[in-house]
Amino acid sequence: MSGRACAITGIGQTKHASKRDDVSIAGLCREAALRALEDAGLSFADIDAVVIGKAPDMFEGVMMPELYLADALGAVGKPMMRVHTAGSVGGSTAIVAAHLISSGVHERVLTVSFEKQSESDAMWALSHKYPFQPPLMAGAGGFFAPIVRSYIKRSGAPLDTGIAVAVKDRLHALKNPYAHLTLPEISNDMVKASPMLWDPIRYLETCPSSDGACALVLTSAQAARRAPGKPAWVRGTSMRTEPAVFAGRDQVSPRAGRECAADVYRQAGVSNPSKQIDVAEIYVPFSWFEPMWLENLGFAEVNQGWQKTMDGSTALGGALPINPSGGVLSSNPIGASGMLRFAEAAMQVRGQAGAHQVDGARMALGHAYGGASQFFSMWIVSSERE
Amino acid sequence: MSDASKPAKKDADGEVRRIKAPVKLDYTVTAGLALSRFLKGVTAGKLLGQRCGVCSKVYVPPRGGCPTCGVGMGEQVEVKDTGTLTTFCIVNVPFEGQTMKLPYVYGLIALDGADNALHHLILAPPEEVRMGMRLRAEWVPPESRPASMEAIRWFVPTGEPDAPWDSYKEHL
Repeated sequence: MSGRACAITGIGQTKHASKRDDVSIAGLCREAALRALEDAGLSFADIDAVVIGKAPDMFEGVMMPELYLADALGAVGKPMMRVHTAGSVGGSTAIVAAHLISSGVHERVLTVSFEKQSESDAMWALSHKYPFQPPLMAGAGGFFAPIVRSYIKRSGAPLDTGIAVAVKDRLHALKNPYAHLTLPEISNDMVKASPMLWDPIRYLETCPSSDGACALVLTSAQAARRAPGKPAWVRGTSMRTEPAVFAGRDQVSPRAGRECAADVYRQAGVSNPSKQIDVAEIYVPFSWFEPMWLENLGFAEVNQGWQKTMDGSTALGGALPINPSGGVLSSNPIGASGMLRFAEAAMQVRGQAGAHQVDGARMALGHAYGGASQFFSMWIVSSERE
Repeated sequence: MSDASKPAKKDADGEVRRIKAPVKLDYTVTAGLALSRFLKGVTAGKLLGQRCGVCSKVYVPPRGGCPTCGVGMGEQVEVKDTGTLTTFCIVNVPFEGQTMKLPYVYGLIALDGADNALHHLILAPPEEVRMGMRLRAEWVPPESRPASMEAIRWFVPTGEPDAPWDSYKEHL
């Protein structure tokens, strides 16, 4: 990454659940923020600026929640801004915060992202009537199901690839105390028997609706010296966008995703991602997106991503563990889901991932996507500064 | 809106933790020049697109500007109301505003003569729907045809042989 070094010295997340009735949106955000500050050995008073992110306002029906969160997040008298790039927002928000450090503008930045899905109806917010269009799609699953069908046809992947990912990520989630879903009885048969909601996507191949938040404290190298814990270092950040519709668009492996990956690898000096990256937390809201993103991110050849899923490479203990936290399939507070990927990547290289720690992880990828597979944000973090 | 006037629901411990606050939003959309011509066209049973003067791709509905080249679109072209189903989803989930009985199929249709695929309903038994299936539009009768994509009720199979993979693999 160009500019000054940026350290991640504090990481916090909430216990994710379908309904966090014990806290307001502000309380939810503070829970994550206070954990991140404690991890960094700081208080709100030490923070120079706050950057927050969440998915569209309609998901909770709270217009511009950043206005109401300024006091709860200690931003009074400080710069505060909100980032918004659909489902990739959690990642983009962390990147904007990292740039405030690398550019030399601030020394210590708090970044927070959240979603409280129980307070509204994301399915409705994603299925509302567009002008001049018939109502068709039935939420995000309805939008992405045809793309999954295209991948299956193109790659010739076995039809149980999606089932394998659904089981693997839920087994990982059992090792993550913050995960929303805990399904100790998860099995191939159980996923296969779950209702086919958006054929070819089954109920247990989809993410849950979660309430949750994530927070990071990012600092300059100088400020990181006073941090109580070992920092993770941001080695590359990248974002890319493309239109939802254009002639010849590859919706299965969007060009924006491929170019975003190439850019972040270049910054981090990664020429062989499968070899150099020890663990990746990638945005997989529907299980089939694991093999699809493995290809888009250069971890597998085109049409071969499913092989890594099926041979166990992507499970904890495999050659390239993907989503040891349980991923989006196990916790999906939408606005926070991208930042959770970024945070979990940083936890891995700091060695603080507990039961889902990948032994000796030194370099990790955090990935998020949003919209019609059209917004991408990625970072690479390392235990080493250079 | 009746929810707001009802007493808030109490939890088991007697506490009120949530209230319902419905929001209603009415808005007016300006379609713009290109889309307005398209919408006038559908009321007459015609599908009008535009061709980019740089990359020659035809977009239906027209977009005014080319999303790839970033230039204003060129000539207006009429495309057929037949096409190929490139990919699809069988919906088994109920949602607000839904008009079709479950399960129903919607998919991406590459109209003959267009270079983009558009989303629409497919009226056919779900188990018979295939990628590459040939389809034609079934129009709403002219007297009740709205100025929207709902001027086409749905697409139905033509019964022709399926289109070859190479002819639609760029529309995935």
